[in-house]
Amino acid sequence: MILLTIRYLGVNKQLWQNMSKKIIDIATGFSILIFVWYIVVMSGIYDKALLPSPLKVAGAVMELIKEGTLLEHFIVSFQRFLAGYIAAVVFGVALGLFLGWFRSIWNIVDPVVQVIRPVSPIAWLPFVVLLFGIGNLPAIVIIFIAAFFPILLSTVSSIGKIDPTYFKVARNFGIRQPHILTKIVFPAAFPYITIGLHIGVGTGWIFLVAGEMIGAQSGLGFLIIDSRNNLRADLLIAAIIFIGLSGLLLDKLLFVLERWIGKNWGITTAYTGV
Amino acid sequence: MFIELNNVTKKYAHNGTGVTAVKSVSLDIERGEFISLLGPSGCGKSTLINLIGGFETATEGGVYINGIPVSEPSPRYVTIFQNYGLLPWRTVEKNIQLGLEMKKMGRKQMKGVVDRYVEMVGLNNFRKYHPHQLSGGMQQRVAIARTLAVDPEIIFMDEPFGSLDALTRMNMQEVLAELWELQKKTIIFITHDLEEAVYFSDRIVIMTPNPGTIKTVIPVPLSRKRDRTGADFLMIRERVFNEFETKKEDKTEYYL
Repeated sequence: MILLTIRYLGVNKQLWQNMSKKIIDIATGFSILIFVWYIVVMSGIYDKALLPSPLKVAGAVMELIKEGTLLEHFIVSFQRFLAGYIAAVVFGVALGLFLGWFRSIWNIVDPVVQVIRPVSPIAWLPFVVLLFGIGNLPAIVIIFIAAFFPILLSTVSSIGKIDPTYFKVARNFGIRQPHILTKIVFPAAFPYITIGLHIGVGTGWIFLVAGEMIGAQSGLGFLIIDSRNNLRADLLIAAIIFIGLSGLLLDKLLFVLERWIGKNWGITTAYTGV
Repeated sequence: MFIELNNVTKKYAHNGTGVTAVKSVSLDIERGEFISLLGPSGCGKSTLINLIGGFETATEGGVYINGIPVSEPSPRYVTIFQNYGLLPWRTVEKNIQLGLEMKKMGRKQMKGVVDRYVEMVGLNNFRKYHPHQLSGGMQQRVAIARTLAVDPEIIFMDEPFGSLDALTRMNMQEVLAELWELQKKTIIFITHDLEEAVYFSDRIVIMTPNPGTIKTVIPVPLSRKRDRTGADFLMIRERVFNEFETKKEDKTEYYL
């Protein structure tokens, strides 16, 4: 027990070293960005109304936070995101398990999916607005489309990655359906499914803003359009910063899930793409 | 006879041509016997246990257990696979519990069985661990405990100690020998380690490849708690060894 504690502390110490190095890297990166931004503004190439200084944007950030506009829009956006994303997870995983299990059906569906998948969800937007009107639904549908395909594809391929020995073991111990699905297929595929869940969070959040820019009267995407209409470039950049930060936060939340998988499955699934 | 292989042949379709994995194998095994299948890779050892275990069906001939033809896998005949086949998302105790979940068994009773076998393989302090946190030898013990927990009549082991280091291997051999003494299960054991075969077996079945056939069956009439350095042990080991040697000489002559 003592040995374990010592080992744990050792790991912690290393973790701290890594973290402080990371914090320095982050601070350096942003300092350079703000500095370059400041130089460009000072040079006077662009009109100050079009490209506000970092200080002015900081003021806008404070304004949005103080007035509560930010929280209001964020909550609306987040709710839409959750609705679209959860729907994509439920349908994507369920359909993916089904299609991954029945390969012959997947072979028929696959070509269709391959054609639809590369189409940006934005292309569906006019169609979505016509079918679902304006308000919450278009944004939710766009998030759904954006998150659905990565989740579907990773779930289908996850089934193929299951070690056939698990099925032999299951047969040997007399495990039959539906228990093969719940005791073997789903847990064995789960770590690979989370790769799609992770990608889905990223794409979903990206297209949330696009969905809200056209179909909605609230949310972070609407905040962008609203700032433009009021010719408030400082608010616009402030909104962009918030969207970026909250997207990052969502992404980091998945670390918790991945750490848990690493502990329970003994495999690293962390999606390290863009 | 408990297990009966009657002129069994297994062919696979492979790239349009047929490959004969096992040809005309006949073997009778008694209840409680420890049988080793010994031979080079590709001699049909794994195919043979897959046939008896019901994972595959014979192209010709019949496989019978208790006089009934084997048609599918059953918890009464459990295979311990080469890579142990543990479920990585389950802890040690949940892995051991796997086979019990399909039996009509109360929670309490199930826990009792798990406790008993966790204890038996000496993993009490590791019950909440996941397989990837355990050494190879410990994983092997989990697989053995999981198998014993369903109380099978026959246990198939496909090179169970192949990937273990020499010391762990010796240790696990002793664990298995003790468990076998205790439980008196019928065990069919694949290995290509001569000494291991002599250490465990009541009879050693020596197989040759292309196609897989039984060359000889060597009985090992030694008392249990076998001494690896005893004169009798070494004599039988030599006899088994010679079986392979003669084959080599045959080949040389053939090529000359």
